Amino acid sequence: MSPGFRTLLFKEVLRFWKVAFQTIAAPVLTTVLYLVVFSHALAGRVEAYPGVSYVQFLLVGLVMMAMLQNAFANSSSSIIQSKVTGNIVFILLAPMTHRDLFAAYLLASVVRAVAVGAGVLACVALFIPLPLPHPGWLLAFTAVGAGLLGVMGILAGIGSDKFDQLAAFQNFTVTPLTFLAGVFYSVATLPPAWQVFSYLNPFFYAVDGFRFAFFGQSDVSPWRSLAIATAALGALSFTALRLLARGTKLRH
Amino acid sequence: MGAAVEVRGARKRFGLVQALDGVDLRIDEGEFFALLGPNGAGKTTLISALGGLVRADAGELRIMGHDVVADPLQARRSVGIVPQEIVFDPFFTVRETLELQSGYFGLRRNGAWIDELLARLDLAGKARANMRSLSGGMKRRVMVAQALVHRPPVIVLDEPTAGVDVELRQALWEFVRELNAAGHTIVLTTHYLEEAQNLCSRIAMMKGGRVVALDTTRRLLDSFSERLLRVKLARGEVPAGLLPGNGPDTAGWHRIPVQNAAHVEEALGALRAAGLTVTHVEVAEPELEEVFVKIMAREPRAGAAP
Ligand SMILES: Nc1ncnc2c1ncn2[C@@H]1O[C@H](COP(=O)(O)OP(=O)(O)OP(=O)(O)O)[C@@H](O)[C@H]1O
Ligand SMILES: [Mg+2]
Repeated sequence: MSPGFRTLLFKEVLRFWKVAFQTIAAPVLTTVLYLVVFSHALAGRVEAYPGVSYVQFLLVGLVMMAMLQNAFANSSSSIIQSKVTGNIVFILLAPMTHRDLFAAYLLASVVRAVAVGAGVLACVALFIPLPLPHPGWLLAFTAVGAGLLGVMGILAGIGSDKFDQLAAFQNFTVTPLTFLAGVFYSVATLPPAWQVFSYLNPFFYAVDGFRFAFFGQSDVSPWRSLAIATAALGALSFTALRLLARGTKLRH
Repeated sequence: MGAAVEVRGARKRFGLVQALDGVDLRIDEGEFFALLGPNGAGKTTLISALGGLVRADAGELRIMGHDVVADPLQARRSVGIVPQEIVFDPFFTVRETLELQSGYFGLRRNGAWIDELLARLDLAGKARANMRSLSGGMKRRVMVAQALVHRPPVIVLDEPTAGVDVELRQALWEFVRELNAAGHTIVLTTHYLEEAQNLCSRIAMMKGGRVVALDTTRRLLDSFSERLLRVKLARGEVPAGLLPGNGPDTAGWHRIPVQNAAHVEEALGALRAAGLTVTHVEVAEPELEEVFVKIMAREPRAGAAP
């Protein structure tokens, strides 16, 4: 890492922190509202896992969903904004490698995701108690899930030239994949055809593994989830690093 | 003395436009150098290629001996570029902008130099202001400061005075002159040719992605422009052959090329001897603008699609 990496990471964190009302408070509020509305509407549902109420089940899924969406939002919006306004030149003119840029955007995304996820949990922890038998898995799936979406945000930011292209990418990939990741239901309850669809969705493994950390139960073994999510993260990271090294759509 | 900037055979194409069409250029350490040319000549493209913002299709570019492709980090450490377009990050204040830029270069304790930059560019009062709230000229000055945070040996200014008021333009040039005197190599582009004429010891003129003239300012002026004695006459016909050219211009000025004071005496004497009364006299020094116009006119319309 070049010395500039630390500053770029700091800048990326400062960027969302300065507007924390929009970047942290707003998604926390949205997530809590989802929780209130859905848990009320679906209160009669049976326990998803033995000893795990639907509200607990939903809460953990929503926390991961908020982390995924905000990790994506952070890196993608930062890159597209600096491309559209042109101030990315100050980063491109600095002596930083493609690895520095990759790591800084990625880590800032993870920091934002953790801030949002922790915010949601802090708001509802008093009302909805959660066991946490496996804190190690919590860290692992937070890192891999937020990391995966942080890298997707980097790719989307590099690939888009305009805000509406980025919005299209978000609306047609990130949003459907997060909604179909088993946040609101256990995929075991789905018809087999839909189950297959879920098993092809890497976001599902982030959500499922995250639940294992809290409840010690999940649809898929956490090792398997970790392996699949990490493989997806690795493949996308490799692509993003190559694009950054070549300067694709950044250095003309 | 070593080369601060060395460009060999640089080519760059954007779609149908050959923005750089084989540029060769060498700028020595310590020079004050101007890169001139009409809109679209390729100046910004060349500068961007030096900074790694644009990847040349062919050719070799070096800054202080560091190849911009093979050794990009050292090359970028050696140069400070003020981009032509005003760009800024609306999330930060002026001071934060400069601190972050220092950090990108690994400079963590750069406060004293940042203070000096703020003072020299008359931004001290705006240090805590958000970038968004600055006027265009102030934003440009912040960009100058950003390019200088790491005290680069080579400083490249792409039209730094566009939109900057007279007072600050002079203050900026004084500062840049001092930096040059302290050993920094300066490369600038500008469409104010008198700025280039007054400041720069050597000039490259580009057109259609090529360098079409490259020489010292002095020699360019001597070979393409002349000192002119301009006179207005009270009345009467001018005898044929007495004055060169095709009569007075629309404002009534006759133009007589002169090399030195003796020529001036001689010409005025001849007019008097012919019984003419001179009402106005001016001696116009050679102007880079004239050199520029002549050089551009002699070049074929390069840059158009072949
Ligand atoms: N990113 C780009 N994409 C497409 N064409 C470009 C790009 N950058 C520059 N060009 C084209 O390359 C040519 C050279 O442009 P350049 O900006 O280098 O000119 P310049 O000499 O700096 O002009 P000016 O004095 O107007 O700043 C122009 O025809 C321009 O349209
Ligand atoms: Mg230009």
